[in-house]
Amino acid sequence: MLLSLNWLKQYVDLDDISPDDLAEKITKGGIEVDGVETFGEGLKNIVVGYVKSCEQHSNADKLNVCQVDVGDEELQIICGAPNVATGQKVVVAKPGARLPGGMKIKKTKLRGEVSNGMICSLQELGIDQKFIQKEFEDGIFVFPEDTEVGSNAVDLLNLNDTILDLDITPNRADSFSMMGMAYEVAAILDKDLHLPEVEVNRIDEKAEDYVKVRVEDADLNPYYGAYIVKNIKIGPSPLWMQNRLIAAGIRPINNVVDITNYVLMEYGQPLHAFDFNRFGSNEVVVRRARNGETMTTLDGEERNLQKDHLLITNGKEGMALAGVMGGVDSEVKDDTSTILVEAAYFNPLTVRKAAKDHGLRSESSIRFERGVDPNRVKEAGLRACQLMQKYAGGEVLEGIAEFDEQAVEQSIVEFDAKTINRRLGTAISVEEMKNILHRLRFSFEEADAHFTVYAPSRRGDIQIVEDMLEEIARIYGYDQLPYTLPEGTSNAGGLTTKQKLKRSIHRYMQSAGLNEAMTYSLTKEENTAKFMDQYIRALQPKAVKLAMPMSEAHSHLRLSILPELLSSVQYNLARRQQNVALYELGSIYVNKEENISKQPDEQLRLSAAITGIWVNQQWQKEVKTVDFYVLKGVVEGLLDLLDIQHASFESLKMEQMHPGRTAAILVQDEHVGFIGQIHPAVQKDMDLTDTYVFDLDVDRLLEVAMENEGSYEPIPRYPSVSQDLAFVVDEEIPAKRIMDVISDAGKPYLKDIQVFDIYQGEHMDAGKKSIAFSVRFQDPEATLKDEQVEEARKQIVNTVEDSFHAVLRG
Amino acid sequence: MRERLEELKQEALSKIVEAKDTKQLQEIRVSYLGKKGPITEVLRGMGKLPKEERPVIGQLANEVREVISKELDAKQEQLDQEALEAKLAEESIDVTLPGYQQPSGGPHLLTKLIEDIEDLFIGMGFEVAEGPEVEQDYYNFEALNLPKGHPARDMQDSFYITEELLMRTHTSPVQARTMEKHKGKGPVKIICPGKVYRRDTDDATHSHQFTQIEGLYVDENVRMSDLKGVLNSFAKQIFGQNREIRLRPSFFPFTEPSVEMDISCKMCHGEGCSVCKHSGWIEILGAGMVHPNVLRMAGFDSEIYSGFAFGMGPERIAMLKYGIEDIRHFYTNDVRFLKQFHHA
Ligand SMILES: [Zn+2]
Repeated sequence: MLLSLNWLKQYVDLDDISPDDLAEKITKGGIEVDGVETFGEGLKNIVVGYVKSCEQHSNADKLNVCQVDVGDEELQIICGAPNVATGQKVVVAKPGARLPGGMKIKKTKLRGEVSNGMICSLQELGIDQKFIQKEFEDGIFVFPEDTEVGSNAVDLLNLNDTILDLDITPNRADSFSMMGMAYEVAAILDKDLHLPEVEVNRIDEKAEDYVKVRVEDADLNPYYGAYIVKNIKIGPSPLWMQNRLIAAGIRPINNVVDITNYVLMEYGQPLHAFDFNRFGSNEVVVRRARNGETMTTLDGEERNLQKDHLLITNGKEGMALAGVMGGVDSEVKDDTSTILVEAAYFNPLTVRKAAKDHGLRSESSIRFERGVDPNRVKEAGLRACQLMQKYAGGEVLEGIAEFDEQAVEQSIVEFDAKTINRRLGTAISVEEMKNILHRLRFSFEEADAHFTVYAPSRRGDIQIVEDMLEEIARIYGYDQLPYTLPEGTSNAGGLTTKQKLKRSIHRYMQSAGLNEAMTYSLTKEENTAKFMDQYIRALQPKAVKLAMPMSEAHSHLRLSILPELLSSVQYNLARRQQNVALYELGSIYVNKEENISKQPDEQLRLSAAITGIWVNQQWQKEVKTVDFYVLKGVVEGLLDLLDIQHASFESLKMEQMHPGRTAAILVQDEHVGFIGQIHPAVQKDMDLTDTYVFDLDVDRLLEVAMENEGSYEPIPRYPSVSQDLAFVVDEEIPAKRIMDVISDAGKPYLKDIQVFDIYQGEHMDAGKKSIAFSVRFQDPEATLKDEQVEEARKQIVNTVEDSFHAVLRG
Repeated sequence: MRERLEELKQEALSKIVEAKDTKQLQEIRVSYLGKKGPITEVLRGMGKLPKEERPVIGQLANEVREVISKELDAKQEQLDQEALEAKLAEESIDVTLPGYQQPSGGPHLLTKLIEDIEDLFIGMGFEVAEGPEVEQDYYNFEALNLPKGHPARDMQDSFYITEELLMRTHTSPVQARTMEKHKGKGPVKIICPGKVYRRDTDDATHSHQFTQIEGLYVDENVRMSDLKGVLNSFAKQIFGQNREIRLRPSFFPFTEPSVEMDISCKMCHGEGCSVCKHSGWIEILGAGMVHPNVLRMAGFDSEIYSGFAFGMGPERIAMLKYGIEDIRHFYTNDVRFLKQFHHA
């Protein structure tokens, strides 16, 4: 809400506080001030002038030469505005004046004629186009006839005002009005409050004789009041009122509309003025709209209604969408003479629904949505009548036609001063608390430090002790609260084993050379089928879809991290970052139901994608491009970190992956993920260079890791013996199979096996390869004898030769 | 004979000086000190000398041998030293060439920041609690004093999946779930980090997915001043000891009283500048005393227990701390972005 300080000054004395200080105090009181703007900062030498004569410029069609009386002198001013005319009172910027934006007015010549200043439009004075009265939109502004020539135009146009832009939280409906802010500021500054008095002279006719009110659904509309004002003369509202509306961000229209808007801002109570002669009946019937019913609103739009929307009708047709917008049929026009002033309390949810459905959030609907002060509805309506009487020549009828089933409950909150201090950690005296309640203008009783507070109806948010805790604390000042540390039970805190392991995985992946990435969990539908691990696929998951996604790109929950991670790789490649190594540790969302009814199973996965050069020592002529084994080494290192034994890699065929360079990763013979190169065709589709990925089931890995207690094995005291063995075998035999056979045959002294050479090509028969192992033997109990080693070696050679038709190379 | 010995000595010594390598030295050693060498020969001819001169000459001969031997050793040492120096000189390298770099990665800035905040609160006795990202309406809203139709639900337009399931809009449901597990018995001291989702169009300041970290402390007699004290030590440790904090009243449905915390602007030290929109303060987080309805719904007696909760956005903190201008950087994973924060 925009808060005009000139307006606020009518209620609270602000003479001894600067706008910036006031803004800070309001912010610290709980209503955030987003901006402080002084309209006419630096404006001077701008006065009211009287156009004595206005003649067309002899050398320019569109210019007029005006003789303008500015009080102490007469100035010749050249003016190009289409609406300038003799007899007008206008805004004159005299030579030496400064306009917003720093423009300086100087004596000048226009096509041979002297111009001693400028006749201004409101835009030129810094007022936003959208707030300017229609008639002055395309030209200069014209003052009412009774304006004094020579007086300060800046003051008359309220350009000396400062506006605070308030961000009001949903609980503080009371602050959504000038009066509400007057209460707030008076409390914060501890000042007196002067509110307007509503006094109306009534004529000897009764509103009830003109109109009856019937409400079908009291829940949606517990109170509806209708005042009648006769003999209205539509015209402009007084300048001060127009100024205040502009300051509040509302464009002045005519006296009746301006008055309802003025009271809306003043009281926070939305009102509606119907042209009673066009209303079409003598009965206001408030009812739910029928499904499919239509009504044309003031903005000319035909609205399709349904039963959740509340309608003000004349018994037959809709005349207004309750609390949101009036209908075009009963709109106030220039010839309107009798007005029905609606002052009502509409259910916040109904108004919210209608405003949302029709995209008609307005100053009115916002206030109804938050809840207006039920005890000030009638008074606000009467205030409008008073202003119509004064500024539109209206005659106000006796009484009010109303429907009233509103039960206004008095909210009573009781507390002890001790409780307040204990909960806040303060030592506020009873006297001080009483003073705070007085400042807030809450009625209360106090006896022996026990308070009974009767919350005012404008403060619907005050219901429980905690609400009073906040009121007392905020007026006392959050600044004044001491800094303490909790005195309660002390406990150690810390991470769970699983959380620690997750951190270890991060550290490991990073030291292994990968950058942690974060991608979106929501992805496009087609991605949910891609790179899905076979274990997940076997669960036959149904990708979870958002009911109302913002875009197709983020409509479904991921079933693999890889599609989005690969998009990130592609993003980098497209920006000439050719070497990319990314990983992500995050959830996938596995749902097995056709129509989802319960939360999906969120499974933790670790995915990685690498491409480009892994090691690049150019001047040392050593460049290693990423390949399967680079990434496999990362996985093996990870399994080692988690102390996971019995892991193996088996050739695997899966969609989107290279058929000859992909492996399933098994731990204790269970599938825990996969590793491999993206299929070249897929790489091409995705604009990727050769890219290797892996995807691991972290939940399962951590389960296995946590089973291991981490036992200690003594450092061997006896030396080990190594032997190298090279075999020639058929090329398709995987190394792992030979190693398994060696492990078995080498018992009991075999300690470990390493592959140290693979050879194919020259001096080797076609279809054959040579594979060389280094095997190490050790006896933990004694030094191995040569015969023992020889025996083990023989055993291995024989078994390998028999099992694979292998030949030991000399 | 005396002269002969002296002559031999001079001869040997000058040869030693001239010797160029170990081999020559070895030859000198053999030729002068060996069994067939001239000194031995001199000693052999001693029989011809008068008896009283023999020991004198013998001693002299030994002295000569000793001198030659010492000089040989010294020369050898000198040659060894020279050889070593030559070798080292030959082995010297250009130390200015680049080193052998191991591939190196690093954490995502958000993970790093979240871990730092976790560690800070772990130090104050908190545990880290996690929960599902797809939540039930009940835990995401209702258990937090946001019944259906509550206007504040508008504040966080949500990604619903069904009427009852949605992408969590904050990590607060983890608080509700954890409190429920405690079955009405305190203390509960948790910090809840995680991903959250809102129906926003992605732009420089909005992201439909972002992270949040929230804290909850429920115990007997938790005071609002405790919240102030804890937030103050948090702010000083994360943003620096010279930063001040300011609490302002605010509104959240799950806390009462509610506060927003600002820290003094680093750029202008409270004077007001464009970064802090001329207020001297920058908004960092929301917090408050847990609403009694929230305590009650989770099974706690709100007469006995009270607590505080706070929540913040690591993206916002990172953006303020490092001057990052676009929230999308956190999710596009440009390696030029990621690599800047390895040491953050
Ligand atoms: Zn600043």
